[in-house]
Amino acid sequence: MWELLFQPFAEFGFMRRALMGCIAISVGGTPVGVFLLLRRMSLAGDAMAHAILPGAAVGFLIAGFSLGAMTIGGLVAGMAVALLSGFVARVTALREDASLAAFYLISLAIGVLIVSTRGSNVDLMHVLFGTVLALDNAALILLCSIASITLIAVALIFRLLVLECADPQFLRAVSGLSAVTHFTFLALVVMNLVGGFHALGTLMAVGIMILPAAAARFWATSIGGLIVAAVIIAIASSVCGLLASYYFGLPSGPAVILVAGVVYGISLTVGPLGSLVASVVRHRINA
Amino acid sequence: MTYALAFENLTLGYGHHPAVHRLDGEVADGSLTAVVGPNGAGKSTLLKGVTGVLRPLAGQVRFGTCTRDNIAYLPQQSDIDRSFPISVCDLVAVGLWSEIGGFFGLRAAHHARVEEAISAVGLTGFESRPIGSLSGGQFQRALFARLLLQDAQLVLLDEPFTAIDPKTMVDLLGVVQRWHGEGRTVIAVLHDAGAVRAHFPETLMLARDLVAHGPTAKVLTAANQFRARQMCEACVGPPHDCGRPA
Repeated sequence: MWELLFQPFAEFGFMRRALMGCIAISVGGTPVGVFLLLRRMSLAGDAMAHAILPGAAVGFLIAGFSLGAMTIGGLVAGMAVALLSGFVARVTALREDASLAAFYLISLAIGVLIVSTRGSNVDLMHVLFGTVLALDNAALILLCSIASITLIAVALIFRLLVLECADPQFLRAVSGLSAVTHFTFLALVVMNLVGGFHALGTLMAVGIMILPAAAARFWATSIGGLIVAAVIIAIASSVCGLLASYYFGLPSGPAVILVAGVVYGISLTVGPLGSLVASVVRHRINA
Repeated sequence: MTYALAFENLTLGYGHHPAVHRLDGEVADGSLTAVVGPNGAGKSTLLKGVTGVLRPLAGQVRFGTCTRDNIAYLPQQSDIDRSFPISVCDLVAVGLWSEIGGFFGLRAAHHARVEEAISAVGLTGFESRPIGSLSGGQFQRALFARLLLQDAQLVLLDEPFTAIDPKTMVDLLGVVQRWHGEGRTVIAVLHDAGAVRAHFPETLMLARDLVAHGPTAKVLTAANQFRARQMCEACVGPPHDCGRPA
């Protein structure tokens, strides 16, 4: 039994690298995911993930399958969409969700156009679904750096971020840092999505941020508890997903996300706080 | 008489529609003023103008003994996400913002003051409860505790007692009296004429334009209330429709 769990990681370097990469994304991405969830921006995270595609595609066109070029391209495209939609929402009558949707759709269309006219389908699959089993040293260093920067940044702006989510009106009244907080947070979202797409692909990267956060909601009530629960769920999903992909020959990115999906399903049903079973039990006790 | 703030030809509004029109007057330092008037009279708009959330279309709010960064403001409908997982203690503690800011930790003295504020509004024992589990009245108590910690010279309350149980209202009026006793300037938008007569020495009656401003007994008369309603009804349309210069 233990052999089944550890042997693939002990025997193959690429499995260890994949695990390392997934843990880095889990540690950095899930706290951001928890705040996305608390700010009711879960779908905005998905939109941002799509927005990154053209940047990565342009990077790919210029420099081939280069980590640096695709990362910078993704960051630029993601930040451009985040800033433009934030700017439009603050200056015009359009709300942020609508302006974000508009910009990400434009961005996604450009991305698909570039990839399909200039690259092959294989390249598109790489960008969309990632290459977690082929992470090199540079990619691992990038993922770990992003995780470290995210943790430090979240620790630094924690109170501002909590207040920006819980009571934005009060934050704007007592401090001029409301907009700074918002855009720092968006930058963290973009950074983690760009890191995540190297491993899991643009579409799957947002899954490891949101699914553990949503599952954690049924296990913890405080913000700290949510973050810890989400990180644990994300790491456990990574291990199980990689093992499943190894033994059954499944694509690893979707496998990791699907395991996280299963954990979400279990939490939704039997988690101690507000799950289906919990509300039935409480109903019985009250009746 | 020293004034806390003065309105000078103050016109506030949204787009080109004035909600407060050419208001003049002074609010005395340390006074306890109720702002009353019919719906749509510009009462909330006036408070937003004082906080600076809304820029004047014309005129200005001039600050005397108070400054704009020393205001504690309780909005009518707060944007607070009641389902957010934050405890009563944490919500109240951010009232210390001017001292701890976004980055500094709370020291023992701060914790003691948070405790004191929570007990002053009668919420002792609720410190670690998530705000989502509070009733409307309890939540309003928590917001008052936060206002207490803000320790501001000027306190603005926008309909603080709407949809609140009588016991909570009595307790929170006690907090308002405490601020008044400490020499702070308090301006509250209220609907309940009985509470205004009983607890607020000064009243400012508004119906887009100023109706009356002064001691409550002289302002809160049947004649003034009737005139305020008439003025508001006449002003439902654009300003030029009610026969006054736009």
